[in-house]
Amino acid sequence: MAYSAIKVIKEALTGHRGWKPLWRRPEPKSEYDIIVIGGGGHGLATAYYLASEYKNKKIAVLEKGWLGGGNIGRNTTIFRSNYLLHENEMFYEMSLKLWEQFEQDLNYNAMISQRGVINLFHSDAQRDAYVRRGNSMLINGADAILLNEAKLREKCPFLNYDNARFPIQGGLWQPRGGTIRHDAVAWGYARAADRLGVDIIENCEVTGFDIQNAKCNAVRTSRGTIKAKKFGVAVAGSSSAVMENAGLRLPIESHVLQAFVSEGLKPIIPGVITFGAGHFYISQSDKGGLVFGGDIDGYNSYAQRGNMAVVEDVCEGGMALMPMIGKARLLRMWGGVMDMSMDGSPIIDRTPIKGIYFNGGWCYGGFKATPASGKCFAHLLATDEHHPNASAYLLNRFEKGYMIDEKGMGAQPNLH
Amino acid sequence: MLLIKCPWCGERDETEFSYGGEAAIKRPLKPKDLNDKDWADYLFMRKNTRGLFLEQWNHSVGCRQWFLVERNTVTYEIISTKRMNSDALNSEDSQ
Repeated sequence: MAYSAIKVIKEALTGHRGWKPLWRRPEPKSEYDIIVIGGGGHGLATAYYLASEYKNKKIAVLEKGWLGGGNIGRNTTIFRSNYLLHENEMFYEMSLKLWEQFEQDLNYNAMISQRGVINLFHSDAQRDAYVRRGNSMLINGADAILLNEAKLREKCPFLNYDNARFPIQGGLWQPRGGTIRHDAVAWGYARAADRLGVDIIENCEVTGFDIQNAKCNAVRTSRGTIKAKKFGVAVAGSSSAVMENAGLRLPIESHVLQAFVSEGLKPIIPGVITFGAGHFYISQSDKGGLVFGGDIDGYNSYAQRGNMAVVEDVCEGGMALMPMIGKARLLRMWGGVMDMSMDGSPIIDRTPIKGIYFNGGWCYGGFKATPASGKCFAHLLATDEHHPNASAYLLNRFEKGYMIDEKGMGAQPNLH
Repeated sequence: MLLIKCPWCGERDETEFSYGGEAAIKRPLKPKDLNDKDWADYLFMRKNTRGLFLEQWNHSVGCRQWFLVERNTVTYEIISTKRMNSDALNSEDSQ
């Protein structure tokens, strides 16, 4: 069922009784060509690109819970491509271009809004670093505009410019960044993949791999053993737990990241704004809620909920940046489990076990990567070659010394 | 808020502590003999256990001692805390 204005009008006139479920609920078959483990954004995007661009048949997506119940449903819906390092910027700019085509490609309304992303700077040194970052973005085909304080005041008069400790001097603005409805991303990819014949199997948890002579032939699941030629693992948050079944350890720690939304307010925040001196970022949803977040809780966690100490810390960051936020009441908060990789950059690679491919380590930047991650992972699964734009995201970069530490702070799992 | 029992100071709020990650990772005795893969394994690869996990904490705004915590990474239940010494680490090793 393709969506169109005519379809919407027809349904409106006939009591909305003609809408169908977006995807089937198939029983798992005994064998597939490629199995994607993880029915979140990255897994569904991978399945979609495998079916649409690489014309693979017989693909299944296995999801342990319900579709889109992990981090694709728990993020703050922001996409951007404002990275410094070439290895990252080429990948995230590819992702941003895919976001721009997302709704047309998938015939699905995802409420995409390129309302701009502003990273604030608070010192001369930080401004210089942002100029460098902006130039790196431009070299890689992205957009970047440096805003001085006067121009920033026009856009965001409500910020606390005269903060005694961290005065706001300006910001690096990426006008093409913005927000996109996160659930619609999962549903859009699921619907599009399903229409191309992909079996999306929910409530099907992978409990083990059948490995012989370092080659994987099948997965054991809560719904039986399923054979395939290739297995793509895209389960960020649970990567270590799933890959442990294949006897592999990863350069990853799982941490919980919290997000928050206020009561609905009239439009006040023009785009996405990030605090350059603390860890706080904010945007406003189409419903009017202020959506914001900050740091990870800071200790290993598989609990999809956070603790109060970080709630206080995030709210303090908000108050320092925009004191008006103190008048809004907090409506909801939630947590998601992040794959924090040891250099802050992701992994899209083969594993030492033939047939198992790995996609993870997204830290807390995985949502914006969804389309490029899916496309590059599909490319790897289909062709056995790395996509040029993800050619640096290798597992062996840690032993080779090719870490991609975007912030240049060395290896610890609290970067992004 | 976690309530963590420092082996020296007793129960305190988590905000008094800082986190030191997985415990009982042994520094190789002869680093020069390691190849790059083994060295990377020591530096970067982690168990990242889902469930009972032995980890290092530091009472950074208290007595500033490092100690061991056995904690469930799903439920956050703290099973035990103990002073960091070779006995505690070796008993973990033999498990």
